[in-house]
Amino acid sequence: MPNLIDIFIQPFSYAFMIRGLAASVIVGVVCAVVGVYVVLRGMAFFGDALAHAVLPGVALGYLISGGSRDTLFWWALGAAVLVALAVGRVSKHAQIREDTAIGIIFASMFALGIALISTVRSYTVDLSHFLFGDVLGVSGRDLILTAAFGAVILLAIFFFYKEFLVLSFDPVLSATLRLPSGLLNNLLFVLMALTVSVAMQTVGVALMVAMLVTPAATASLLTHRLWQGMLVSASIGAVSAVTGLYMSYYFNIVSGSAIVLTATFIFLLVFLFHPRRGLVWKRR
Amino acid sequence: MTTPSLNPLHPHVPHDPHAPILEVEKLNVRYDGHFALENISFHLHAGERVAVVGPNGAGKSTLFKVVAGVLPPSSGEVKISGYGPRGHICIAYVPQRSQVDWRFPASVGDVVMMGRIGKIGFFRWPHRNDWDIVHAALEAVDMDSLAGRQIGELSGGQQQRTFLARALAQEAELVLMDEPLNGLDAPSQEAILSLLEKLRQEKITVMVATHDLGQAASHFDRVMLLNRRIIRFGPPHEVLTSDNLLHAYSGHAQLIKGADGTTTFADSCCDGEDENA
Repeated sequence: MPNLIDIFIQPFSYAFMIRGLAASVIVGVVCAVVGVYVVLRGMAFFGDALAHAVLPGVALGYLISGGSRDTLFWWALGAAVLVALAVGRVSKHAQIREDTAIGIIFASMFALGIALISTVRSYTVDLSHFLFGDVLGVSGRDLILTAAFGAVILLAIFFFYKEFLVLSFDPVLSATLRLPSGLLNNLLFVLMALTVSVAMQTVGVALMVAMLVTPAATASLLTHRLWQGMLVSASIGAVSAVTGLYMSYYFNIVSGSAIVLTATFIFLLVFLFHPRRGLVWKRR
Repeated sequence: MTTPSLNPLHPHVPHDPHAPILEVEKLNVRYDGHFALENISFHLHAGERVAVVGPNGAGKSTLFKVVAGVLPPSSGEVKISGYGPRGHICIAYVPQRSQVDWRFPASVGDVVMMGRIGKIGFFRWPHRNDWDIVHAALEAVDMDSLAGRQIGELSGGQQQRTFLARALAQEAELVLMDEPLNGLDAPSQEAILSLLEKLRQEKITVMVATHDLGQAASHFDRVMLLNRRIIRFGPPHEVLTSDNLLHAYSGHAQLIKGADGTTTFADSCCDGEDENA
């Protein structure tokens, strides 16, 4: 039987595994913290749409650069910011319900993305990287971008903590305190868009919403204050990333799936065995 | 008098001490071609307590939102101490309890501190002084011992008092309360009403939307009977007559003529409609 320490250390004798781990943890934490607002404001569907809407941007970049992946982050970023601000605008002015507007934008953008990618011959392989992420393909340059944008997102969440708190809890108070609510709302949308672009390479488009929602939902069961929720959610995101990566290494599972399943497992544990509100205790 | 130019990140205006706290002039609000409010004019003096009564859909919430500067009027003018409402951070709007997400991860202290944010400003954190004001506000509504509670664990009366404390922490001079007594038991209602008495001593002006005509008559200086227009506005005994009420509530209420010629009035629309949504 191999030494227990070896089990933990062995995967990281490879540089690409270390980069993958670092990227996963950063993404896990950033998604989990931003996800607290996604859950609080009931924006899970918005987050899902945002993730899927990145695809045509990425596909376009992919076609233009002739298969190079170096610039894809910026294409994803552009597409996500564009869609985030568009949804904000449409839902404010249009005569249709917000979820309907999101549904239309979401599906059509995703379809456009697949259509674009399908013009490339090897499209199934490339598509699966975009849909499910490719942690082990994280380059040194990718890692620097991930860390830099992750830091920007977390700093913005920190510095606008009290404004986002008011805006999420009571928009009318935000208006009577004369906060620039429209600007702050758009800033939050843009932060969500940045998060999605940062997370695209690690977890992929299809599973992104789970990284945004699951750790934050778990934290909401465990805490009663917003900042506590963010800390707990971030921890769950980080633990899920590390555990998921080990599982991916030893059981040969796609890493994005392994990370999401770990987060879901933690959620189920808390949901069932929460000291006071667990489903198991309620049954008795 | 013109409004001074406003800094978009800190758009606060001064007060003219000689102007009434609230002045509304020929106010109209139209939604999709219908009047939600029509030709509303009145003014309030500092420290007054005013009850706004009228059937559902009479425009009470709309009026409050326009006065708070949250909703722009279609025409007409609102002035708070001489200047338009959009530059003021001294107007507190206390929402109906059914409009609040009580599962939100915030403690009583957090909610009251939210009232301070306009004064604290961007990129700054609450100062010791802000916490002192928050605790003083909580003490004033007899809630200081519950500062650490999650807001969903409070009773209806405590929830309402938390929001009053938030208005105090905001250092509001005009407090607009939308149906604060709805769904509260009698002792909690009394507690809120006696707090309003306290606010008068602090020269804080209060407008309360309510369905309870009895309380409107007994606890407020003036009553505004509203049904898209102001039907009557004045001392309770002049406003709450059966003729006026019939006019305002036509179709929504029952007037019961007693054998001795007295008239009893019952507002049939809204009993306990929002008990903990």
